[in-house]
Amino acid sequence: MYLNQFLLLAAILFCIGVYGVLARKNGVLVLMSIELILNAVNINLVAFGAYWNANDNTNVSGQVFALFVIAVAAAEVGVGLALVLLIYRNRQSIDIDDVDMLKG
Amino acid sequence: MLALLVAQNIAFYIIAALMVVGALRVVTCKNLMHAALWLVLVLAGAAAQYILLASEFVAITQVLVYLGAIIVLFLFGVMLTRAKTGTDEDLDNKNSAKFIGGGVAVLLLGLMGYSLIDGFKDTEFGNLMVQRTSEVSDSIFSTYLIPFEVLSVLLLAALIGAIVIARRD
Repeated sequence: MYLNQFLLLAAILFCIGVYGVLARKNGVLVLMSIELILNAVNINLVAFGAYWNANDNTNVSGQVFALFVIAVAAAEVGVGLALVLLIYRNRQSIDIDDVDMLKG
Repeated sequence: MLALLVAQNIAFYIIAALMVVGALRVVTCKNLMHAALWLVLVLAGAAAQYILLASEFVAITQVLVYLGAIIVLFLFGVMLTRAKTGTDEDLDNKNSAKFIGGGVAVLLLGLMGYSLIDGFKDTEFGNLMVQRTSEVSDSIFSTYLIPFEVLSVLLLAALIGAIVIARRD
């Protein structure tokens, strides 16, 4: 297997996630697109970790980094959904476009 | 050995195709509930790719945390915001924003694809060995001990923050 297979898959998923963040209006869907981006990064980290591990069997830094990213992503989703709920409660809608009170 | 490599490659391409289709459906489909369920396919595919990369502990954690917890959180979010359960035409931005988003994504993909193909050409994995969970735990609790402790404080802060933000008072 080539290292590039995994890196290119991650790049494709990352770009789809970027498209989702820019094109979607619903708050929950934007959070889902962010999850796609974080997953793409994780695939990259684990692929590089496996590549490194094949040369140095005691080094598992790639996996450890991926685990940290998973934990931070879980925290991010928790706080993000709490914010979406608060926006919904105040404005009866979770369209990101409607949150424009700073515009004056 | 060669047969195993061929099998790994076939498995990779099937799972990768499923993941790309799932991801495209997540960002295009008109039904919030379906988007969350397509996301399950992408996350499960990522877990399968970790197995192919012989990283068993990350694969298990992916299933437990993403499929088990984060998807449920998303479904809660969908239900608590009383989204329409059927198709909803009003999930996307204007067409101009979609066009710009597509352009940015394609440009980014072209740039990353070019630099990856140019940079890693045909680097092979070499001899992929199972990365043992005991080694992962050794690494976390020795080399990465301080980031691990910081992470637990971060999780606690996120927990308290989410409760404070979301509670009615």
